[in-house]
Amino acid sequence: MNFDFSDDQKQLRDQARKFLGERCSPKAVRTVLDGKAPYDKELWKGLAEMGFLGVAIPEEFGGAGAGHLELCVIAEEVGRANAPVPFSSTVYLAAEALLIAGSDAQKTKWLPAIASGEAIGTLALFEGTGNPSPKNIKLAASGGVLNGVKKPVPDGAIADFAVVAARTGSSGRESDISLFLVDLKAGGVEARSLSNLDPTRGQVELTFGNCKAEPLGTVGEGWSILTQVLDRAAVLTAFEQVGGADRALEMGRDYALDRIAFGRPIGSFQAIKHMLADMYVSATLARSNCYYGAWALSTNASELSEAAAAARISATQAFQHCAKNNIQVHGGMGFTWEFDCHMYYRRANALALGLGSLSYWEDQLIDRMRKKNAA
Amino acid sequence: MNFDDTPQEAEFRGLARTWVDANAPKEFEEELSKSSLGRIRLAKRDMVEVGKDWQKKKSEAGWACLHWPKEYGGRGATPIERVIWQQEEGVYGKLTQPFQIGEGMCGPTVMAWGSEEAKRRYLPKLASGEEIWCQLFSEPSAGSDVAGLRTRAEKKGDSWVVNGQKIWTSGAHYSDYGLLIARTDPNVPKHKGLTMFFLSMKSPGVEVRPIKQANGMQEFNEVYFTDVVIPDSQRLGAVGDGWNVSLTTLMNERMSIGSRLATGVPEMFEFCSNLMLEDGLAIDDPAVRSKLASWAVKSNGLKYTSYRAISALSKGERPGPENSIGKLVSGMMLQDIAAYAMDLQGAAGVLTGVDEETVHGQFQQMLLSSPSMRIAGGTDEILRNIIAERVLGLPGDIRVDKDVPYNKIPTKGR
Repeated sequence: MNFDFSDDQKQLRDQARKFLGERCSPKAVRTVLDGKAPYDKELWKGLAEMGFLGVAIPEEFGGAGAGHLELCVIAEEVGRANAPVPFSSTVYLAAEALLIAGSDAQKTKWLPAIASGEAIGTLALFEGTGNPSPKNIKLAASGGVLNGVKKPVPDGAIADFAVVAARTGSSGRESDISLFLVDLKAGGVEARSLSNLDPTRGQVELTFGNCKAEPLGTVGEGWSILTQVLDRAAVLTAFEQVGGADRALEMGRDYALDRIAFGRPIGSFQAIKHMLADMYVSATLARSNCYYGAWALSTNASELSEAAAAARISATQAFQHCAKNNIQVHGGMGFTWEFDCHMYYRRANALALGLGSLSYWEDQLIDRMRKKNAA
Repeated sequence: MNFDDTPQEAEFRGLARTWVDANAPKEFEEELSKSSLGRIRLAKRDMVEVGKDWQKKKSEAGWACLHWPKEYGGRGATPIERVIWQQEEGVYGKLTQPFQIGEGMCGPTVMAWGSEEAKRRYLPKLASGEEIWCQLFSEPSAGSDVAGLRTRAEKKGDSWVVNGQKIWTSGAHYSDYGLLIARTDPNVPKHKGLTMFFLSMKSPGVEVRPIKQANGMQEFNEVYFTDVVIPDSQRLGAVGDGWNVSLTTLMNERMSIGSRLATGVPEMFEFCSNLMLEDGLAIDDPAVRSKLASWAVKSNGLKYTSYRAISALSKGERPGPENSIGKLVSGMMLQDIAAYAMDLQGAAGVLTGVDEETVHGQFQQMLLSSPSMRIAGGTDEILRNIIAERVLGLPGDIRVDKDVPYNKIPTKGR
């Protein structure tokens, strides 16, 4: 059994950690947090130059052609650094949708631009309150144009193109849903910025008015493509969450070692030690679930749907748990804007919702486990 | 990343599988498969006898304590081969329960601290199951704080005379030998006045009494010592070095990789898939699904954490500290699952009879037994301390009795 990343993959992780450590300090994150820039453009460019944006994109489309395990280790580091860049929307959602369903022409147009950092992409799925479901998709596609509203759309204000889930039928079945590719710079779409929990990753409302769009994949197969995209993104996001959880745990541990109260380091009190031990437990469980997700993703195994849901749930719980208790370990200082704890708290709770909520994925996991048991 | 054996591992697995297939006592397979929680009981045969037969057979073919050196009854196998063996032994591994304390804790301690003569005399018979060993550490006043133990050993000539009481001793009533830690000097701080011995459980003055537990069962014992004589040749390590010796034992207790702890999740999943509530099957209820999903990912997380450790062994590396979370997670989960399964049964959840329609009192039994899972082999709180101190590097607790002679430490809270 070799249920671990290879030495090369670990080396890549170290490389990514070093790079992000140098180029993505908490101060850099705060530039975006404080609204001084929509995202960290220099960092984005650097990630492209390092080959990280296209690590899972085949060489024929301008990527490094390494694979999804390599993308997993980079995702973990992006999460650990709380990077204020449109990594998840561009790389996990838009690029994966293109890889799964794009025509050669579509891939040729967008994938090299993603890998080089020239194009930012996103997925426009949600239409207000609610989880991923064909029923919740009302935005209409007919005659090659889209009409309707999507919100929230991650990184929609800075994206060059979007994969849009639209309604092409009214049978009440999944086959009513199709995916479209929209060049956001070509007109027909209005973006309105929305205030959100984690300003280091923007959210917008996109209004499509007779906006020109081309199908991505076969019309009527949108929901099935979307399910695959969400499963892949669930694993990759889970690695981001595990990276964030580990960092939050480290911050709490370091503070507990430094802070003196009642004449001793607070890390010597069992109330604090046990809280940190429990954070370690949830981060460890999440990491192990993520590894299984990574295996399933990289081998395109039939277990992916169940593994993705499990990784998603476990990592969501772990990051929320670690980010929340990191503030608690810090006490009053943890509740200041000055300390970085809230940045991880914000990111943890935003990531927990981005692909559908925890309860949605719990529901999915049980369905998928039952399906497997029945088979 | 893959789940495949290396060619050498595959070859070893093939050997093990063939041997198990040809030799295992298949008449017990069904019974053993069913009893996933708690102690094993066989309907018609004494569990220890059947276990001894199986262990003997394994030993003769070189499949007992296989990670031990050959001269002490083992096979000289690598850690990964031991894991593969455990996987192939499968349900029959449950038959080895009476030998696990000996194999996992007493044997390694004798191996590390015993004389060559003692090792050759005792280890092969321990490995073959001919002689069963128990561990005599915990006392009524010394559980988590085991270094605070009171059992006295006093030197008389070439021997030691032991008086005191031990508790929570698994298998003391069928054991042949015991590993005993006792206080040899009460005038020095508690960790410094301890010494390790082993003794025959048939020695005059040893009395074993079963404990009736909170769940109504009797699985553990108290062991009383009245003027029990132990020759000095049965001392392990130096006089006063018993705490250090005991660390060998306890380290081995927590290194059981690949042994899968019961979590209750498969049982709960099946239960919820079949239980009809007012509005349909329990598993269709959103609240039930949410809890089930959370438990399932914890249980999966434990499974894949052990896979990570196995992978490290396979590469000849030392597994990381991740495995320390196993008992902490599974113990709490068992208790929570049991309580929730009963909640779903409504008022009838109170019924414990095996004739009840709702899964034969299985969860009720789990509820009553699960507190022990959170205490035995390190309480949840001690395990959290270990994670906090050894994995996260947090400071140890301030010990008010650290430099105080043992006989000056207060013995009552108020």
